[in-house]
Amino acid sequence: MKLFRMLGRSIRDAFKSVFRNFSLSLASISCITITLIIVSLSILASFNVENFTKEIEKDMTIVVFVENGASSDTISEIDKKIKKMDNVDSYVFKGKEQVKEEMQKESDIFNTIMADWDQENNPLKDTFQVKVKKVEKISDTAEEIKKIENVAVVRYGEGMVDQMVTAFKSIEKVAYGVVIALIVVTVFLIINTIKLTIFSRKREISIMRLVGASNFTIKTPFIIEGMVLGLIGAILPVCLVLFGYLAFYNHFDGYLFSKVIQLITPEPFIYLVSLMVIGIGMLVGMIGSASAVRKYLKV
Amino acid sequence: MDLIRLKNVSKRYKNGVTAIYDMNLSIQKGSFVFVIGGSGSGKSTLIKMLYREEKPTTGSIIVGGVNVAKLRNKKVYKLRRKLGIVFQDYRLLPKLNVYENVAFTMEVIGAKKEETRRKVLKALELVGLKNKIHNYPDQLSGGEQQRVAIARAIVNEPKLLICDEPTGNLDPDRSMEIVKVLEEINKTCGTTVIMATHDKEIVNKMKKQVIVLKEGRLIKQQERGTYDEAF
Repeated sequence: MKLFRMLGRSIRDAFKSVFRNFSLSLASISCITITLIIVSLSILASFNVENFTKEIEKDMTIVVFVENGASSDTISEIDKKIKKMDNVDSYVFKGKEQVKEEMQKESDIFNTIMADWDQENNPLKDTFQVKVKKVEKISDTAEEIKKIENVAVVRYGEGMVDQMVTAFKSIEKVAYGVVIALIVVTVFLIINTIKLTIFSRKREISIMRLVGASNFTIKTPFIIEGMVLGLIGAILPVCLVLFGYLAFYNHFDGYLFSKVIQLITPEPFIYLVSLMVIGIGMLVGMIGSASAVRKYLKV
Repeated sequence: MDLIRLKNVSKRYKNGVTAIYDMNLSIQKGSFVFVIGGSGSGKSTLIKMLYREEKPTTGSIIVGGVNVAKLRNKKVYKLRRKLGIVFQDYRLLPKLNVYENVAFTMEVIGAKKEETRRKVLKALELVGLKNKIHNYPDQLSGGEQQRVAIARAIVNEPKLLICDEPTGNLDPDRSMEIVKVLEEINKTCGTTVIMATHDKEIVNKMKKQVIVLKEGRLIKQQERGTYDEAF
């Protein structure tokens, strides 16, 4: 009960203080807003990039063609060697008969052409379809497989997709850098705002100390004030996430540029991102005010 | 029983000035004590050490069984809740009215509303300001403001009331009123009152215990003392 009364008082004081020093609070709030807009854009982007890179990675397979006329001994030899490789996650062997049947199912033209192929004159090759653990190292693994005897050709993914994923990943890194820089600036602005609040309330604080207010009671209003600044600053970014992403998603029908890049469905994704944005805003506010309190409130 | 006991207390400020030299002193529970001495005699330092605004360099200061000299910053509030402190410059909050100023003490320690109301009204009645609870500090005279400050100091029913020249800004009549209020509190509530002053008239009229300081040393502690010109 006592704690709730104190917290109630702190929250009341925090809101009062935000509006009393409104011009200064506005500076902090707008800085938080801008930061959080960029933060939320990067969250939306990076989650989407991660989502579709995962989708692509799932489909990335190394296809190993075994030379024609390889005996079953040779095939089991290759099997063993692939099995030993570090980056190999899983693989399946598909004999040329199986490949033929699959292709026949895919189209009628193939079906008619391949109908009179038998075991002897089937020009197709036996294959291994290999999935890797780390897509970044797929080319190394492919090279390694190429060196195995009796392996004719090795194919993996399209180079373009590979490059796109790398490009997106570096964009993500730059975005993170910008976000961190902005957060640091915001923290400093909040420290300044809270510092001024502390100075304007010096008299009150000294009296609080004289009449026996605990450090907790003195500090909490300022910390909550920082969190309130963060919360108010998060309003606009959250609206952007909730309505902006939905509009974006609907406008592009869930795909960006091509069917390859599939966007994450808005629900519950946007609520999750909104919560993250609010959380980051309040956390940044809290960190800023906590360090101001530690620096300028000698208790 | 002793409420306050100082043992070999000395205080040397960081700038090298020594304010108190090896002081031993005890003050009994329920007494009314004047601390007198000229400027630079160490009055204020002594008073500040009692409510742990300053820490002694050496020695121990026991207030109500607690060694204040060893009290950590974080725990100071526990001591302050057992004390009432009154200053020369009142230190009221200008944006709060009389009632709110007194209730502030109760609020920051998280008291309940009804309890706050009951105690605040009782304290204001004791200092004779019950009819002005809605006034703001700038609508009150100096003497009235000081009485609000006293009400704020006693609202939490402290064992010890520390007053640092509470009459310094007031004319002789108002000063006498304030001291009468303090005496009333001392008698009715049994609160120990320590008052630093250099008001000769008051000390001579009240005939209370007197502690005389000079150049950082205790030179006299006397029951029913007077303001001795000789010190």
